[in-house]
Amino acid sequence: MNATILDSFAFPYKVRKSINDPEHPLSLEELNVVEQVRVRVNDQESTVSVEFTPTIPHCSMATLIGLSIKVKLLRSLPDRFKIDVHITPGTHASEDAVNKQLADKERVAAALENSQLLEVVNQCLSSRT
Amino acid sequence: MAANSDVLLGLVEEFVSGQQDSKAADTATGVKTGQFTILELVEALGLSLTSSQPQTRGRGVQLLSQVLQECYDNLTEREVEVLIAFYENRLKDHYVITPHVLQGIKALTKCKAFPPGLSVSILRSLFQDVHVQSLMLQERSCVYNILMNLMESREEELKGLGADFVFGFVQAMDGERDPRNLLLAFQIARNILHRGYALGKFTEELFEVTSCYFPIDFTPPPNDPHGITQEELILSLRAVLTGTPQFAEFLLPLIIEKVDSEVQSAKLDSLQTLTACASVYGYKELTEFLPGLWSSLRREVFQTASEKVEAASLAALSALTACLSRSVQHSDADDALQGFLDLVLRDCQHHLCEPDLKLVWPSAKLLQAAAGASHRASYKITAAVVPLLLEQYNSRTQCAQRRTLLEVVQGFVQPVQSNLPSDGDDSVLSGFREPLCSLVFSALSESNSGLQVTATRVLTALGQQPGLLSASDVELAADHLTRLILEEDEPQVSSAVVDCAGSLARVQPAAFASRMVPKLKDHIFSEPMVLGDGSITTQTHSQQALRQRCVMALAVVSSHPSLVQETAPILLQVLASAHTGSGSFTVEELVSVCRSLQRIAAHTQDTAETGRFFHDIIIPRLLGLALQAALQGEDQGGWQSPLTEEAVLFALVPVLSTACSHLQSELAALTASRAVSLFLDGDGSFLPENDFQTPIQLLKKQSEAWRQSQLVCLLMACVCSMPRSVEIPQTDRLFSELEELSCTCAHPFSYTSAAKCFAGLVNKRPSGEALDSVLERTMKRISSELDCVSSSYRMQAFTLLLWVAKALLIRYHPLSTDLTDKLFSLLTDPELGGAAADGFSLIMSDSADVLNRACHADLRIMYRQRFFTENSAKLVQGFNSAEKERKSGYLKALSHIVNHLPRQVQLTELPALLPLLLEALSCSDQGVQLSTLSCLHPVLLDPPPALTPQVDGLVHRLLAMTTSPGMKVRIAALRCLHALCRLPEHTVLPFRARVLRALAKPLDDKKRLVRKEAVLARGEWFLLGSPGR
Repeated sequence: MNATILDSFAFPYKVRKSINDPEHPLSLEELNVVEQVRVRVNDQESTVSVEFTPTIPHCSMATLIGLSIKVKLLRSLPDRFKIDVHITPGTHASEDAVNKQLADKERVAAALENSQLLEVVNQCLSSRT
Repeated sequence: MAANSDVLLGLVEEFVSGQQDSKAADTATGVKTGQFTILELVEALGLSLTSSQPQTRGRGVQLLSQVLQECYDNLTEREVEVLIAFYENRLKDHYVITPHVLQGIKALTKCKAFPPGLSVSILRSLFQDVHVQSLMLQERSCVYNILMNLMESREEELKGLGADFVFGFVQAMDGERDPRNLLLAFQIARNILHRGYALGKFTEELFEVTSCYFPIDFTPPPNDPHGITQEELILSLRAVLTGTPQFAEFLLPLIIEKVDSEVQSAKLDSLQTLTACASVYGYKELTEFLPGLWSSLRREVFQTASEKVEAASLAALSALTACLSRSVQHSDADDALQGFLDLVLRDCQHHLCEPDLKLVWPSAKLLQAAAGASHRASYKITAAVVPLLLEQYNSRTQCAQRRTLLEVVQGFVQPVQSNLPSDGDDSVLSGFREPLCSLVFSALSESNSGLQVTATRVLTALGQQPGLLSASDVELAADHLTRLILEEDEPQVSSAVVDCAGSLARVQPAAFASRMVPKLKDHIFSEPMVLGDGSITTQTHSQQALRQRCVMALAVVSSHPSLVQETAPILLQVLASAHTGSGSFTVEELVSVCRSLQRIAAHTQDTAETGRFFHDIIIPRLLGLALQAALQGEDQGGWQSPLTEEAVLFALVPVLSTACSHLQSELAALTASRAVSLFLDGDGSFLPENDFQTPIQLLKKQSEAWRQSQLVCLLMACVCSMPRSVEIPQTDRLFSELEELSCTCAHPFSYTSAAKCFAGLVNKRPSGEALDSVLERTMKRISSELDCVSSSYRMQAFTLLLWVAKALLIRYHPLSTDLTDKLFSLLTDPELGGAAADGFSLIMSDSADVLNRACHADLRIMYRQRFFTENSAKLVQGFNSAEKERKSGYLKALSHIVNHLPRQVQLTELPALLPLLLEALSCSDQGVQLSTLSCLHPVLLDPPPALTPQVDGLVHRLLAMTTSPGMKVRIAALRCLHALCRLPEHTVLPFRARVLRALAKPLDDKKRLVRKEAVLARGEWFLLGSPGR
């Protein structure tokens, strides 16, 4: 099961690191935002926990990245799994606030009602570059 | 005469006043046949030409011009002179007349009898009296044609005009807008430049008037009848702009400006134009602009997101460097090339040392492009860069960074055609041989597989540099590679290592023969350790993998004939010791030994030496071993040689057939006759150790003698793979014995091989009565066998039928239709129906061991399409008329046939077959489902409109199949569902909720590959109809 989950993170991450960066869009895995060691899966108890590491401590995209990961997991995993997405401890300035937002089912659902936000998330998840 | 002139007057009258255009053609015919002369025509026209009405004058001139267009060839110099004087004068006349005057002049300029001096006067009056750009499109084109004609025939006179000609042309084309005329104008401009007309002070004007179109942005109108493409315009303009070094001072700034453009096509065009002009220019033209050009190119490579732009920039840099390398050095000035390369190095070098290596790739590519341009350039760049990279490599500790650096090194080491050292020069790398070798060897000793793989690539590249590596280097390399083969079990590493060994061995076989081959041999023959209690240690698994790697490495390393003589006997020895039981080898190991032998046979096809080696040693030895094994099995009850295993024999077939198909004709004929006499007469005198006591009768049916009869597959390998020119002896006897064996033997492998051998011979037999009678006899036997429902040999007869049908079908033999019809009729047979349906898969696909191109079979291209078009109707009809429980056979056959058609044909044929294929999806046979799904998938990627009404049924069936018991079916169904998203949104959106719900289940599938496809498909269906897709 673990392998499938890491497969899911090979989606292009379209937000460029900096303007001068000549690289093409990178995936979260390539940016080391998501790493295999920080993904924990328990198939028996049906839980998945993902820690992600924003590129810089003040990364303004942290919530969006977390939301994208969460949505991707919701779409890619069987219903039985309980999904927990949070920031690797000590890697972001407003860690608690972001974690709280991501853990709140209502807020995630509400965010996905927002068509502008959904558009950005979908763009992050789209396999077409 | 009088009558003629009356006729002429009548014609003129009808044309001029009567406005009958057809009379011009009549007049022209009259002039051509000699009925009238031009002079008479002019006289007859007299009144109209002098009329006070411009329209009448125009009509008169038109008639004259049209006649001249038909018969300009028959004019005398005197006539031309008078006519030209007249036309020049008419240029000053009323504007309605001008078009006809231009037509007339154009006709006259094609005339061969053209008096000297006239062209100058024509051009003078043309440039003076006509304002070209206020003319209509047709007339402008006429002017360009006049210029072209004169340039062709009167080059000297035009050059006498000096720069005035260029000035006149510049004025004439200034502001031209029509693409057709532009092509003509560019052609003239190119001629001016290439044929050395004096540009005088009008160089800049000529440049301005053409370069204003650069870069060309032209989209042809839809349904353009003229078929002018942007590409055509770009190329012809480029030929003008790069036509002379005199344009350099104007063109280069323009290029620097346009490279900065936002439009990608403009960027590309500019870069390509730069590349083109670098081949014309020299140092003098470039020098002033080099810094500007370099900074543009650098910017493009560092910042671009487009591979095309990057490639074009690199090509331009390479062309610039090559240009500078060509230019002669002046002792007083700085060396141009040195200066430019200093610039390049200054800007790129430091990126190679930056800690995060961010711009290392673009810099490396730029440096490599410059280095690839010439030997001198590569010398300078290598001298600067390689030490730097070596130092960097040693100072870094992270594997990823080291790997990047090593990949960059590889780029510099890779030999490029243009910078191979000319005679006497050393390779540019010769100064770095030692540090590079130690770098590679240290990387090979690392434990990181990525580093190891890259290091083998660098080593391969070093080996390809002629004369770089010394013998001791290669020996050391062979030791390292041997160690890696023996120790590394990662498939990626070992295949890279083996490839590297193969490439080095081609250059320096001796080192590998002495260093690598003996060690590999030791490991192949070392016995796995068996513990005291008989249980085999866990090592055996890795031991087997090691043996496999050694066996494979032996094959790849045999890239030189001298090595083949070392390696092939080792492999033979493995087979021999397995046969005698002195070495314990598993069947899989023997199969991979056979594969290695086949690889050697396929690789060394072109050397006569190896061909003879195979003929003399390997083929007889293999046949001998197989025969001994078969006979031994009969004699002794106990020990069974593994060479009697079907899998091993099956693997031996390609070895023999590859070897035989590459033999030269005399050796091939000899081998064929030996094999035939061995199998027909039991003559084994050419085999080594031929001490067979019992007379051998391999093709005769004996009870329980399947070990001997299955050897017929080796006969097939030998005789069916020969070139068609090789005569196979005793074919008639062979045919009858093979037919007998294939129809009466009970052992499946034996009778199938006999049928294949029969088919292989039939395929190559020239058509004629001999072949027809054999076929007739065989067909009779097959039919009677098949018609007898109680016969126990029906399967055998069917197998023979199938193979013979294929043999005839692929060579377009007229009898093939009868055989395939017979197969179609078997589709409803209760016993053979399934086999018949699957048989179509065999007929449509390439078989690996016989009836393929490698075996020199008579194989027509497109036989599949032909078979499909001839038979699809029969299949559909058969399906419709069959009873319900018999329909599946037809569906299966159809899906097999369609599946093997080329994609293009599938796409055009499928819409018609779609309903039938959908029906095939609900057929319970998994093979049919899979084959149908694999037909459908490409269609869904490019969905035809005919699909839309079927979507409902399709979605329903595909969803049902996502829970099929067959994993491959589940995967294929999910792929098709994924592809369905490509259909127009409104057709699939209604199914979104249903599909998403159904796809939740395969997300939890027990197979990883299924889950992966499910995730992909479900993700895509989620995006359907939502924003940001």
